[in-house]
Amino acid sequence: MARVIVDVMLKPEIHDPQGEAVLSATRRLGFGGVTGVRQGKRFELELDGPADSAALAAIEELARELLANPVIEEFSLHPAE
Amino acid sequence: MRIGVVTFPGSLDDTDAARAVRYAGAEAVPLWHADRDLRGVDAVILPGGFSYGDYLRCGAIARFSPVMAELVPAAKAGLPVLGICNGFQILCEAHLLPGALTRNAGLRFITRDVPLTVANASTAWTNGYESGQQLLVPLKSGEGAYAAGPATLDELERTGRVVVRYAGAAPNGAARGIAGICDEAGTVVGLMPHPEHAIDPLTGPSADGLGFFTSVVTAFAGARG
Repeated sequence: MARVIVDVMLKPEIHDPQGEAVLSATRRLGFGGVTGVRQGKRFELELDGPADSAALAAIEELARELLANPVIEEFSLHPAE
Repeated sequence: MRIGVVTFPGSLDDTDAARAVRYAGAEAVPLWHADRDLRGVDAVILPGGFSYGDYLRCGAIARFSPVMAELVPAAKAGLPVLGICNGFQILCEAHLLPGALTRNAGLRFITRDVPLTVANASTAWTNGYESGQQLLVPLKSGEGAYAAGPATLDELERTGRVVVRYAGAAPNGAARGIAGICDEAGTVVGLMPHPEHAIDPLTGPSADGLGFFTSVVTAFAGARG
């Protein structure tokens, strides 16, 4: 049984008010070294077989169709260690 | 005319949408998210509220519901569809309309009567208005900021597919002040503010929203006449 990780992030040009709110909290906490925060999502998919190229291709399709909205988000995927 | 109103798990405004349909002189037909059946209606409204908990993204799960499997091809074939708030989010997720709705710029959920300007008064749902007409309609959403790439925004403006704009600064940070858009045919319209809450001064800030519903009734009568 393999696991595949899919990370979804807002595209750089899309405004991320959540990330900005987290950034302002880091400043209030005194973490002055943090200059920017972008918030995203991480999906962990359990497979019933190996994370071979066919499985990864199917998951890429799933990510494009469901997990991410390509209008505003981009994604990357990799098999879990 | 029979206008279907879809109820999803989490819909809040299906009752008000059905009431607006009746105010406009049409029959409101309840449609259920889990039924792959449009019951032969002449138009469909996707109401506001929430759907399937809005997990993942607003409208992302609803897009794959059984009723949508019927609605998407019907809308592409010309069935008038109005998506209000969560319904607009569903139409974007289903790719019946371009772009996406993102979190409000200020992070706050906005519940406020907002002035709108009609930018396109020739769609199936806005033909009863005049271009440039001002409407006062409630807005109530947390993820209502319209977003799309610059090329898409240019195309929408060039082809007159911006249907309504926020008059003045967009309260939620929507790109180019866009409150609502339509598809190429002008039959599928989505907007974030709620015209169904503004059909009678007794229960809303104005009766300005009623025109969306009377417009589609007029368009239908004209098409048959």
